[in-house]
Amino acid sequence: MLQVSIYRYNPEVDNAPHMQEFEFDTEGKDLMVLDVLEAIKAGHDSSVTYRRSCREGVCGSDGLNINGKNGLACITPLSETVKNDKLVVRPLPGLPVIRDLVVDMSLFYAQYEKIQPFLKNNSPAPAIERLQSPEDRSQLDGLYECILCACCSTSCPSFWWNPDRFIGPAGLLQAYRFLADTRDTATDERLSKLDDPFSVFRCHGIQNCVNVCPKGLNPTKAIGHIRTMLLNRAT
Amino acid sequence: MVTQVTSFSRSGLSDWLIQRLTSVILLAYFICLAGILLGGVDYSAWKAMHDTTAMRIFTLLAAMSLAAHAWIGLWAVYTDYLTERMLGPRGHVIRRFCQLGTVLALVIYLLWVIQILWG
Ligand code: SF4
Ligand code: SF4
Repeated sequence: MLQVSIYRYNPEVDNAPHMQEFEFDTEGKDLMVLDVLEAIKAGHDSSVTYRRSCREGVCGSDGLNINGKNGLACITPLSETVKNDKLVVRPLPGLPVIRDLVVDMSLFYAQYEKIQPFLKNNSPAPAIERLQSPEDRSQLDGLYECILCACCSTSCPSFWWNPDRFIGPAGLLQAYRFLADTRDTATDERLSKLDDPFSVFRCHGIQNCVNVCPKGLNPTKAIGHIRTMLLNRAT
Repeated sequence: MVTQVTSFSRSGLSDWLIQRLTSVILLAYFICLAGILLGGVDYSAWKAMHDTTAMRIFTLLAAMSLAAHAWIGLWAVYTDYLTERMLGPRGHVIRRFCQLGTVLALVIYLLWVIQILWG
């Protein structure tokens, strides 16, 4: 029997959050964590609340703290996370809880908005499209794949302490995605916005972000590239 | 752009560079001192060495590096943990107080080093 412990908090009726325990029979199958949540919602307690959509690691909406590590519930198999038949599911740390496993992502999105995640190019647009060589295009590999699940930023202590001022690994990975794009001409303007003591430089290379990214991306490396670009621009 | 008047240089990049530069200076200074101490010195040789202008400048440089390094490091710690987010509405007051204490300690410490070296 799998002992499932789920974080519960409904601000309309609860004074404080608590953990609710469930017994769950996996029938020997190696389910995904999301399957367990779905089964509990269907068979035990329909009030258990969480976000989910694609259930295959593409939409990034079921980022959760699973046995202490952030990840997507839909692509985290029990065999990977469960030890001693215990499964503890909590919301992503550091963001305000709206209800149960659902967090308010406003701070996270505000940081994403800050880095202006769109192509900036003042030259007249060509008739069909702005072409890139395959080499230039390959600069975006390992950057564009981010699904904004927030697993990384909510595992980063620097983001916990200053979520309003430190852009966080997810936002910075995207900042570098546009800095590295040869079609973007706003490099200098973008870098100027990052040169304060908080936006980039609150990263202390703890690498929690790299450790949890369900897409296998490396925000720390991107942050290192941004730092090098800032350094090269200034010296 | 977000600037913080109490940060060392108001630029994240400069603070970051200064932090690295000062750590190299401190490392060089302490390796130098350790080398001399391990080589075995008596008091008069130790004093004579510290009376040379080169050594005085090196020591002053190391002390200044320590002060800058400590300020940048502690500023980051204070703005992480001593904030309104962490401590409630009094967070800012507590942070200012700690920053003031730190500045005072570092300035006194620097003046004291100068006094020892040239006093
Ligand atoms: S970098 Fe990875 S962990 Fe972070 S938001 Fe993107 S996909 Fe999620
Ligand atoms: S490497 Fe930087 S961004 Fe990633 S978790 Fe650590 S401090 Fe946060």
